[in-house]
Formats: sequence, structure tokens, C-alpha cells
Amino acid sequence: MDFLRPASWEEALAAKAEHPTAVPIAGGTDVMVEINFDHRRPAYLLDLNRIGDLAEWEVGERTVRLGASVPYTRIMENLRTELPGLALAAHTVASPQIRNRGGVGGNLGTASPAGDAHPPLLATGGAVEAESVRGVRMIPVDDFYVGVKRNALAPDELIRAVHLPKADGPQQFSKVGTRNAMVIAVCAFALALHPETRTVRTGIGSAAPTPVRARAAEEFLTAALADGGFWESGHPLPPSVARQFAQLAAGACNPIDDVRGSARYRRHAVGVMARRTLGWTWESYRGRAHGSQGGAQCA
Amino acid sequence: MRVTCTVNGREQRADDVWEGESLLYVLRERMGLPGAKNACEQGECGSCTVRLDGVPVCACLVAAGQAEGRDVVTVEGLADFARQRDGSGEPGELAPVQRAFIDAGAIQCGFCTPGLLVAADELLERNDSPSDADIREALSGNLCRCTGYEKILDAVRLAAARGTARTTGQGA
Repeated sequence: MDFLRPASWEEALAAKAEHPTAVPIAGGTDVMVEINFDHRRPAYLLDLNRIGDLAEWEVGERTVRLGASVPYTRIMENLRTELPGLALAAHTVASPQIRNRGGVGGNLGTASPAGDAHPPLLATGGAVEAESVRGVRMIPVDDFYVGVKRNALAPDELIRAVHLPKADGPQQFSKVGTRNAMVIAVCAFALALHPETRTVRTGIGSAAPTPVRARAAEEFLTAALADGGFWESGHPLPPSVARQFAQLAAGACNPIDDVRGSARYRRHAVGVMARRTLGWTWESYRGRAHGSQGGAQCA
Repeated sequence: MRVTCTVNGREQRADDVWEGESLLYVLRERMGLPGAKNACEQGECGSCTVRLDGVPVCACLVAAGQAEGRDVVTVEGLADFARQRDGSGEPGELAPVQRAFIDAGAIQCGFCTPGLLVAADELLERNDSPSDADIREALSGNLCRCTGYEKILDAVRLAAARGTARTTGQGA
């Protein structure tokens, strides 16, 4: 094994071009587990820790450019306003020690259907900035996950950043696990309301071969909100709308039975999380846009 | 490969390090610092928690080469580290959080203790009067199979109370 330690992004790209099988390592929270357990013996490890700007983020007028290695801890602490869904998901990642090291670039690189960052990335939309010596590609998040633990990266490409639109409305994230910490999602759901475009987007984790959006549920809810004039009125949503949204979200799942949960349970739980996140986000939207007191809503 | 880093304030060097080796292995097997414990090797248990440039991390998930040139604090250096930071205590004395773990009976088999001490010390560094929720959150990455955690929570509360009492006493 060789340990490559590029001191700059350009050096990292050159190293990846020369050794396309090199495994990038930043926080190490996935890669080191595989090496410790002898599941993987890459010929080259490509250490990205010395490239400082990977751990930085920029908040622009419309978007956040989030460096691939920005630790989840920083996202939780600093980007709660701009990226609320991702910040909530970041807070559910493993433990403080892991959140201090791991970042979104690693989640994308591993592309596990259970990665906590994926549902909010799908719900916010945005693009992955992938780069090689051949140039930069902006890969829409929707096109990034191509199979179980497979992503759209070419062998010579590295993830430099993700570009995410700043929240224009409430966002929520919900995750089912056996504990409040240190748990891989049995399944997870993210919902983002986008009042500017009068649309909603979703993301489902751990309930299909890849992270997926619940497109039929999004289309239904977008139409229901528009047809009922809910964005303008800020009225409470009829239970029938929440129910239908939940059913369609459950229907978007294509889960498996495994040790963490059965397919049937996952489908059910995704429906429950869809209904709850809709309740939370809609109450928050009403409170913000219409100054309603809202009150505690039972999910 | 060779790895050079500062561990507990002293420059340490390890030679013939395998490229896939973890910082934990280097500390324990090459630098003679067995305080950080090797248990799960997958970041689940927190027994190997150390500070890397001040940040609590699982040493089992840091590649040895990633520690090159960086600053590591292990439980062996915790008392010195706390003394320098807090500007109190005598050389050879335990760190306040170590003393509190003993006084509160928070140690049984002791295997999880080094990781918990490093994590708890870092919590109190950030937050001198943590709520129970803060303590649980900060220690959520450290597993203990003996104590049921109650005495550990007691120990952190005790260390916090003593710290607050000390600074109040100093008029700080």
C-alpha cells in the first residue's frame, strides 16, 4: 500500500489521474473501518486532510458551497439557517467523535443508501462539484446515486464540494434507529418546502438500493398545496392530504428485509415520517409566513 | 513509512509504519502508549478517543499518515494537558475529571475509562456547567458495558461542580 499525501488540490487531482484506483480518505470514518476489518486493501490511500479548502464553506446569495470535508459538527454549528435539513441530519450522524471527522464528501463517495446526508441533499437539490485533471463537472444530486454504493464519479474524479440552494422554507429530517446516537438508519426521510417555487422535495434513505426521491408524493403535495391555495392562506392541511402524501412516500420505497428491519416495516415507517415531517414543516411555514400560533401538532 | 507527530507535548516518531495502519495502532504498539483502548475498530465504542489538534476523534479511524505533523493528546497526557489549560493543579496530580471519576465510583473494569475521560474533559473545556442532556450528547459515542452510565454522569457533574466552585473561589 502507498500513502499519497497531496499538499494541494491540483496535486490530488494529478495523483488520482495517475492512480485511478487510489481510495480518497478524509475523515476516514468509512475507509478505515474497511481497512481495519480487512475488507479492503487499496493499493493507494489518497489523504485529503492537508487540502485546507476542502474543510471550508462559502455562503453565497443563493447557494452554499460546502467543501467535501467540512465535518458534520461544523455543519450543525454553522449552517443551521442556510441548510436546516442537512444540519438536522448531520446531528444524527453517529457520535461527536465521528461528526468531528466525517463530512458530506465521504457520504457521497461511499454512496451507501443509508448515508444520513443523502435524504436532505435530495430534498434541497443541488449539485456535486466533481473534478479531475480533465476538468470540472457539476453532477446534479438527482443523478449522483446510480446503484448500491455506486455513484456517478469517473475513476479519476474527486469530489471537491457540493453546491446547495439556501433554504427558502422549512426543512425537516427524520430517522428511525434503535438509539438516538451511533446508529445506522433503519430508514430516513427528508422534506423541504420551497415556497419561492411553490414546490416540495423529498429524500428517502435506507429504503431502496439508492437514496431516492418520492416523486409521486412530491407531485401530489405540490399540486394539493397549489390547488387548495394553501401557500397563500397558510391554512392547516386536511388530514386526507397528509395521508395521501404518506402513502405515496411509502410507495416510493423499494426496501429489503435485513437485520435492521423488514421491508414492510421500512415502508410503513417512511409513511409515518413523511406525515410527521409534513406536519412539522407546514406548521413552521404557517408560523413564519402567517404568524399563526400553530400550537403543538400531534404527528 | 515514518510518522512524526506531537503526542502529549513531546515529539514522537514511529518507523516502518504500514500505510493502512491506524493512529491507534501507532500509539499503542509503536509509541508505548496503551491508554487509548482498542475495542471495536469501527468508531462505535469510543474507547480509543484522543484529541487530534484539540478535536476528539476515534484514533482507530485516523490513518497513521494523517497524524503526520499533528498534535495528539491521549489519556496519558490528560493531566498535564488539563493543568496547562486550567493553570491549576500540581505536577503528578490527576486531572480534575480523572479525580471525579474515582470519587464518583465511575470506573468498574476500566476499559472504557480512557476514552470517556478524554471526551468528558473536552466537554467541560467547552461547557463548564453542562446540562444532563449536554453530558449525554457529549458521551454518546462512548460505550460502557459495566456501569450503566449513572456513575459516569455523576462524575461529570461532580467535575463540573468542582470546576465552577474553583473558579468562583478564585473570583474568576
